[in-house]
Amino acid sequence: MSADSPVADESDVSADGPPSRAELAARVDELEAALDEATAEDGAKKMSIIATKGTLDMAYPPLILASTAAAFGYDVTVFHTFWGLDILHEERSKRLKLSSVGNPNMPVPNVVGALPGMDRVTTRLMEKRIADNDTASIEELLETSLDMGVEFQACQMTIDLMGYDEDDFYDGVTTGVGAATALQDMADSDIQLLV
Amino acid sequence: MSAEYDIAETLDVKGESCPMPVVKTKGAVDGLADGEVLEVLATDPGSMSDIDGWASGTAGVELVDQTESDDTYRHYVRKTEQR
Repeated sequence: MSADSPVADESDVSADGPPSRAELAARVDELEAALDEATAEDGAKKMSIIATKGTLDMAYPPLILASTAAAFGYDVTVFHTFWGLDILHEERSKRLKLSSVGNPNMPVPNVVGALPGMDRVTTRLMEKRIADNDTASIEELLETSLDMGVEFQACQMTIDLMGYDEDDFYDGVTTGVGAATALQDMADSDIQLLV
Repeated sequence: MSAEYDIAETLDVKGESCPMPVVKTKGAVDGLADGEVLEVLATDPGSMSDIDGWASGTAGVELVDQTESDDTYRHYVRKTEQR
């Protein structure tokens, strides 16, 4: 009927009784440590972007967001696949094109845009606007982002599919990676974007 | 400008547009010592919101002041001690 012993509260384990004071204290310490770990702000935030497009207009968003996130102190990874590879391709990145069809906001109707040579015309116009507005070039944004520690990855499967060579890409670009690498990165990230 | 703080360095990003004012501000702040203030001169109207947003979301920097005159946006960013 009476308590087992006056020292019951101090024992480490009481199989059938309520937890002892020492057990509860140990549990509280454990939980506080776990909470500190979970809420610690010392680990940098992470952003993961998947870049799939290689037109001049669609090359900008991933690079602008990547460099800006790096300025915020984020660890940034950009995984380039399909046409997105062209952004990392040293030669092709300098002559990315704007499509003159399929975009109703273009100043020319689709039937005119479909004429031979129209993509070159609209691309020139866009390049001129970029230069006039002092907007950074794709190459400049890429180099800046690399300097800031952004990791650019080129999907190995699409490198092979497009017939590119690993040496075609800018220095500092990571090759030999696939979807599982990208997925793991996204799982670890605070922000994930598909562009 | 009042002289509530000394300007350690001035960064001129006039003519440059998003994301360069923020990106270059970050680079310049990295080169400061704790407590020093960087002055940023910009012509991009978006820099008012962008540098404010960047400073509030980034550890180790504090936006001290922002002014606008003669089409120039001036930003004053202090490097603070990182925890």
